[in-house]
Amino acid sequence: MWSIGPIGFAAPWLLIGLIALPILWILLRAVPPAPIRRMFPGVALLLGLTDDETQTDRTPWWLLLLRTIAIAAAIIGFAGPVLNPKTETAGNGPLLVLMGGGWAEARDWTLRMDRTRALLEEAQQAGRETAVVSLTDLPSDGALPFRAADAWAAQLPGVQPMPWLPAAEDVLVWADTLEGGFDTFWLSDGLEHDWRAPLLDALQGRGTVTVFEGARPVVGLRPARFVDGVVEVDAVRSRSGSDAVIGVTAHGLDPNGIPRPLARFDIDAPAGENVVSGALSLPAELRNRVTRFEIDGVRSAGAVTLTDDSLRRREVAVLSARDEREGLRLLSPTHYLEQALVTNADLIGGTIEDIVLANPDVIILADIVALGGTEPEALEDWVRKGGLLLRFAGPRLAASDYGRDQEEVLMPVRLRAGGRTVGGAMSWGEPKQLRSFSSESPFFGLEVPEDVTVSSQVMAQPDPSLSERTIASLADGTPLVTRKTLDLGQVVLFHVTANADWSSLPLSGLFVQMLERLAVSTRSADLTAEDLAGTTWTLDQTLNGFGEVEDAGTLPGIAGETLAEGTPGPDLPPGLYAGENRRIALNVLDREAELSPAAWPADVVVEGFAVREETPLAGLALSLALLALMVDVLATLFLSGRLTNAAAAMIALSFVAIAPPADAQQDVDVEKLLQASSEVTLAYVVTGDRSLDGVSEAGLRGLSEVLFRRTSIEPVDPVGVNLEADELSVYPFLYWPVSESQPRPSAEAYAKLNRYLRTGGMILFDTRDASTSGFSTATPNGRRLQQLALPLDIPPLEPIPSDHVLTRTFYLLQDFPGRYVSRDVWVEAAPADAERAEGMPFRNLNDNVTPVVIGGNDWAAAWATDERGVPMYPVGRGFAGERQREIAYRFGVNLIMHVLTGNYKSDQVHVPALLDRLGQ
Amino acid sequence: MSQTAHQTAFAGLRRDAEALAAPLPPLLAAAEHLAASVMTGAHGRRRVGQGDEFWQYRPSHAGDEARMIDWRRSARADDALFVREKEWQAAQSVMLWLDMGQSMQFASSKDLPTKAAEARRLALALSVLLIRGGERVGLTNLGMPPRAGQVQLMRLTTAFATQTDDSEYAAPELRAAPHRSRAVFISDFMGDTAPVEDALMHAADRGIDGALLQILDPQEEAFPFDGRTIFESVGGSVQHETLKAADLRDRYLHRLAERKAQLKDLTRLTGWQYNIHHTGTAASQALLWLYTALERTH
Repeated sequence: MWSIGPIGFAAPWLLIGLIALPILWILLRAVPPAPIRRMFPGVALLLGLTDDETQTDRTPWWLLLLRTIAIAAAIIGFAGPVLNPKTETAGNGPLLVLMGGGWAEARDWTLRMDRTRALLEEAQQAGRETAVVSLTDLPSDGALPFRAADAWAAQLPGVQPMPWLPAAEDVLVWADTLEGGFDTFWLSDGLEHDWRAPLLDALQGRGTVTVFEGARPVVGLRPARFVDGVVEVDAVRSRSGSDAVIGVTAHGLDPNGIPRPLARFDIDAPAGENVVSGALSLPAELRNRVTRFEIDGVRSAGAVTLTDDSLRRREVAVLSARDEREGLRLLSPTHYLEQALVTNADLIGGTIEDIVLANPDVIILADIVALGGTEPEALEDWVRKGGLLLRFAGPRLAASDYGRDQEEVLMPVRLRAGGRTVGGAMSWGEPKQLRSFSSESPFFGLEVPEDVTVSSQVMAQPDPSLSERTIASLADGTPLVTRKTLDLGQVVLFHVTANADWSSLPLSGLFVQMLERLAVSTRSADLTAEDLAGTTWTLDQTLNGFGEVEDAGTLPGIAGETLAEGTPGPDLPPGLYAGENRRIALNVLDREAELSPAAWPADVVVEGFAVREETPLAGLALSLALLALMVDVLATLFLSGRLTNAAAAMIALSFVAIAPPADAQQDVDVEKLLQASSEVTLAYVVTGDRSLDGVSEAGLRGLSEVLFRRTSIEPVDPVGVNLEADELSVYPFLYWPVSESQPRPSAEAYAKLNRYLRTGGMILFDTRDASTSGFSTATPNGRRLQQLALPLDIPPLEPIPSDHVLTRTFYLLQDFPGRYVSRDVWVEAAPADAERAEGMPFRNLNDNVTPVVIGGNDWAAAWATDERGVPMYPVGRGFAGERQREIAYRFGVNLIMHVLTGNYKSDQVHVPALLDRLGQ
Repeated sequence: MSQTAHQTAFAGLRRDAEALAAPLPPLLAAAEHLAASVMTGAHGRRRVGQGDEFWQYRPSHAGDEARMIDWRRSARADDALFVREKEWQAAQSVMLWLDMGQSMQFASSKDLPTKAAEARRLALALSVLLIRGGERVGLTNLGMPPRAGQVQLMRLTTAFATQTDDSEYAAPELRAAPHRSRAVFISDFMGDTAPVEDALMHAADRGIDGALLQILDPQEEAFPFDGRTIFESVGGSVQHETLKAADLRDRYLHRLAERKAQLKDLTRLTGWQYNIHHTGTAASQALLWLYTALERTH
C-alpha cells in the first residue's frame, strides 16, 4: 500500500486523476450557469437596459473552488484512503511476547490479548517461533518455550492476570538465565518496578524490544480506614497529568443478605496529585455491612479493597450495678472499660431487655449479679445466638451466692464463696502477677507486663472442666479469666473488677489487647506481626486478577506473622483471611502503596493500543464530495436566481429544526411556592382557554371570600397552576374545569398528579355541562374528561351517597348545585363493608379524603365574583336562583372543609362512645 | 372548442360578472350631453321632465291643463289643485375598449387570474350595471354600437368570451363611438403609448370623455427577479436578456413609474380619469371606482 504520512491508498493510481483538476477548472470557468427564461409582459419597459457588470458570465471563483473540491474529494475517495494502514512488522527470528500478568494489566486485558493474538498471527505468517511469557508465572526451568505461534494462540485463553505483581527476585533471576537472540514485544503494565530496568537491559542484549503500554493510567485503592467517624479511602494512580474524578462504590450485603452497592462517592483527583483521598460517612449499621470498595468501571484487583473487622465498629453494651457514689468517675466500675472501648467500638446503654433487642455484639456486665424477671432468659437466648457476654467480678459478685451451688448458665465456672485478697494490709503474701498465656488461650502471644498485679479476685470452684475453661491465670495458677461456649456464643468472666480496685490490669495496655483478642473491640491501626503472633488464619475469600471476589476453597492456614508482614504473592493470595474471632483483609495495595509510571529509555519504541486501528477514509471523502455537490446545487440555484425566498426559508428552517429546542424548563417560582405554603391557597388548573381560566379564578376568589367570612379558613388569592411547571404539593385543592380543547398533560405531569392524589390532594373535576346533560361521557367535555383522567390513579367512584361526609362537614347539605343543578356528583366509593353504627344516622365511611370529586355543575361560574364581590354570572331565576347560589357556596365551603379536615366529621360516630367513657 | 363548452364558459363569465355587480346599486351615469342623445331611458336627471317615475306634486297654476291635475291629491287638500310631475329621465352611451392583446394573457402565479380575465370580468360587470341602469353600452373592439337591453348584454358577453387579439400589445380604438358619449379603456398599457395618446386626443376632439383603468400583475410592480434571465413577452416576439436581473430592478421600476405618470398626465389633459388595478386585489374596488368615474359630472 502506498502512503502519504499516516494515510495510505488502496488504489493510488486513481490519484493521477487529480492532474485533470486544472483542466476542469478552465472548462467550468468557461461555462456560466444557464439563464432562466421568464415570461414577463413588462419586457417592453426593459428594452434598452444594459447590465452594469459583465463579470457574471463566468462562473464565480468560489463556485469553481467548491466544484473542484467535490471532484478532488471524489477522486481521493475512490482511491481508497486508509488512516494508519497496518504495516508489516519487520524482523525475523524468534519473538518473545512478554507480559506482566499482574493486576495492573487486568483493566485492558482483552485489548492486550487481542494485541497478543495479532502478534501471534503476524509471527505465524512470518514463520517466526514465539514464546509467550507472563512475569507472574515464569517458566520453571528458565528456558524460553519457543514454539510455533499457532500453538501459543491456542493456549492464550488460559493466561489470566494474577492479583499480585511480579516478584522482583524471581524476575531478576529469570532475566539472568536468558540466552540466544530474539526480539521482544513487551506488553507492559505501565508501572515502574525495581526489576524493570535490569530486565529491559537483559532483553535489549538479545534483540529489539518494543513496548506496548495501555493508554489509561493504572488506578488502585488503598485499604479503607476509619478516621474520626468517617471511612477514608485513598486512591492512587500512576499518572497525574489531568484532573479526574474517581468514583468509588461500597459493596456489601443488604439487610436481606443480597450483595448490592451500598454507597457511592466520588474522589476528585486534581492534576499533579497521585494520591487522593475520599471520605465516606455512613451510619454504623450500614458501615458494618460494607465488604469492599471498588473503583467504578475498573476491572482490576488493585481497584478493589476488601474491608475487614478494622472497619467494623462493634456495638458493645456496658452495664454496671447502680453506683451510689456519685461523681467519683475514676472509681466507676466501667470507667476503664469505656476508655478502652470508646475509640474502637460503639457503646450503647439501657436496660437489658432493650439492649438484647438491639442485638449488640458484646454485652459487658460489670459486677452485676441480680438479673430479674425475664432478663436471664433473654440474655441466654442472645448468647446462644452468637453473643459474647463479658462479665467482671466485683464486691457484689463476691458477696452473693450466685453460681455457688451449681453452675449458672451465664457464668463460665462455679465460684467459691467469698473472694480472695492477697497482698493487702490484712493478708499475707504479695499481689500476684499473671502467668504467661498458654498456647490454647486466645491471648497466646501477648506479652505479659511485669507491673500488672492482682490483689483481689473471686475464686473458681475446682472442677474437671475448670482447666479447659481457664484462658488466663495468675502466677499461682488460680484462674483470672474463664470462658465457656454456649452454642454459638460464649460467656467470659474476668475474675477481677473492671476498675482498678482489685488489680492493675485495667490500667495496662494488656487489658486493651485482651479485649481485642476477645473481639470485644477492634483496632483500626495496622496489626503488627507481634499482634498476630501465634495465630493461624485461613483464606476465606480471595480476589482474582480482575478484582472479583471468589470463594477460596480449602487452603492451608497461614501464620499470623506472615499475614501481617507479607505482600501478596502466589503463597499469600490477597483476600479475606478468617481467624478465630475476626477477619483480616489482605489487599493488593497496602496503606503506603504508590503507583508511578514507567519511564522508558528513548531507544525503546513505545506504542499504545488505541492508535493502531486502521480507519478507512473512503466513506468520509465521498461524503465530503457529495456534500460539496449538494452545496453546489444550492449555490447554482442562488446564482441563477432560482433559489426563491420560500426555498431559502425552508433550508434555513431545516437547520433550525436540527438545532436543539430551547430549554423550555421553567424555573420553579419560589415566591409563589412560599406564599402558597404559608397560607391556604385554592388553586385551579390552567387550561389555556383564557376566558375559562378567568372564570376559574373568579370562582375560587368568590369561594375564598365566602370561606373567609364564614369559617376559620382564611385563604389568600387563588392561583392558577400549570401542571407541567408548577409544584402541586403546596395546594390542598385543585379545581380542574374540563374543556374540550385543553391539551393532555405530559407523562411527567401525570406522575406529579398521581403523587399529589396519593399524598392527600383533592381535584374537583368540573365538566360544566350539566345544563345539557347530567354528568356523563356523552358530552364532548365528558369524553375529554375520560381521556384526561385515564392515566390518573383514581379509586372506584360512586354517586355521592346521602351520608357522605361532604354532606355535613360544615353545612348540612343534600344538593350540590353550581350554576346548574344535577345530582350527578361522584366521589370515591365507600368500602363495601361500611356499616352504620348503632344509633348513628350515617355509616362509618372512608377513613380519608376522597381524592377526586367529579361533576358537571359549573361551580366556578356560580361562585364567581368580580373584584367588588358582585356575582358575575346569573344563577337560576329570581330568589330561587339566589338560593341556588347560596347552596353552591355552601357546597364549596363543605368541600374545602372536607379537604382540610379530612374525616373529622366522620369520627362523630365515636361521639357516643367518647361521651360514655367520659361518664356523661 | 365545442358549442357546449362555449356556453359553459359564457355562463361562467356571466355568473361571475353578475355576482360582482350585485352589491352595487344601478349605476346612474351622468347624462351630460343630453341634447346630443335625446332618447329617454330609465335614467333620472333629478329634475322635472319626461319620464315614468314620480318626481313631485306642485300647486297648479295658470296654464296647466285640466288633465294634468292629480285629482286624488287635490281632493285631500282644502282648496288647492295639485299637479303630478314626473322625473326627467335620459339614457347615456358608454363605449368599452378592452385590451385583448397577448400581454394581457399573463398571471404571475396560479392563484392569480390573468390580467385579461380580470379585465373582462370588470368590463362585463360594468356593462351589467350600466344596462341594468338603462344605459346603452357598446364595444369599440368590434365596432359594436351602443345599445340597451339584455340582448346587448348577451352580445357583449359573447364578445368578451370569444374575442382575442394576436398582437402583442393592442392599441385602443374608438370605432362606432358616438359623439359626446363616454368611454372606458381597460388595458395594462405596457405597449407603446403613442396609440393611447392618439386615441385620447381623438376622443377629446369628439367630446368623448371617460376612464382609463390600468391592470397590472403584482409581479410587474415588484420585479422580484435575480440572476441570469431572459425575459420574454407573452407572445414571444420581444425578448431581453440580462445577466443580473436584480440590477435592473430599480431602472425598471423607474420606467414603470414614468409610464404611469405619463398616462396620468395624458388623462388630465383630456379630461379623463386614470386608475390602476392589480390582479389579486378586490375587483369591486376597481368597479366602484369606474362607477364613480362615470357618474361624475363636469
